[in-house]
Amino acid sequence: MTAILIGILCTIGALAILIAAIGILRMPDFYLRLSVTVKAATLGGGLLLLCAAFYFPDEVSVTTKALAIIFFLTLTAPVAAHLIARAAYFIGTEQWKGTVRDDLAGMYDKETHTLGSGKESGGD
Amino acid sequence: MVKQFLMNLLLAFIWVALTGVLYYTNFLFGFAVGFFLMWLMNRNESDHRYFTRVPKIIGFFLYFLYEMIKANIQVAYDMVTPKFFMKPGIVKYPMNAKSEVEINLLSTVISLTPGTLILDVSEDRKVLYIHVMYLKNKEQFIQQIKDGFERKLLEILR
Repeated sequence: MTAILIGILCTIGALAILIAAIGILRMPDFYLRLSVTVKAATLGGGLLLLCAAFYFPDEVSVTTKALAIIFFLTLTAPVAAHLIARAAYFIGTEQWKGTVRDDLAGMYDKETHTLGSGKESGGD
Repeated sequence: MVKQFLMNLLLAFIWVALTGVLYYTNFLFGFAVGFFLMWLMNRNESDHRYFTRVPKIIGFFLYFLYEMIKANIQVAYDMVTPKFFMKPGIVKYPMNAKSEVEINLLSTVISLTPGTLILDVSEDRKVLYIHVMYLKNKEQFIQQIKDGFERKLLEILR
């Protein structure tokens, strides 16, 4: 029973990482690459770590370490992605030609890099 | 709230100590037993918030897993088939979350769902700028996040 569960989780995790690797090659622009990679890598790494926790059920240190790594992975990966994407937008990385909408254009202050919400003058 | 959580944790540890088996399943079972005991003892008191909040947290976790798997399959399908179905775009999302903890958790959850990525938070903490991979309709997307993640998250935190 546990072996089947471990097999399923491992397969899904490995597939997620494989798809992230294909995504880096195939995606047409930087933001889409980042968007695909961060999530799939978090999901895949988390599932593989969960498998490790299931595989050694009688060693408490393995379980706690695996759970701690999953916790910090999910906590830090989005922050890193946010900072990389922000920096990419500052230096004007090009977007794919199929992009349908850009609400962020012109919202940054060029000098101070402060970001407005477009609601300062609106009365809501 | 915190007091009840610590009490529940203490009951779980007592269960582990009495049974002498330190597996995570045994710990979770002890936590469930402690939760049930505290629920029985708390029925005549006025503060029931802890007992509605714990099921909500579990429900939110399951909902997040469901959304994540659904979106992952969509992205994976687009990745392995030759034609792109994507319509990427950057959306301005006016949020209801006010404090720093709420904004942090909301943006973490949105960022971890495949297809959406937080680009930045405005200085006055009113809007989030989200990069979306499958943008069919802006209003529909905003409504979807407002009714799904944000409402559930704020119900837990407030």
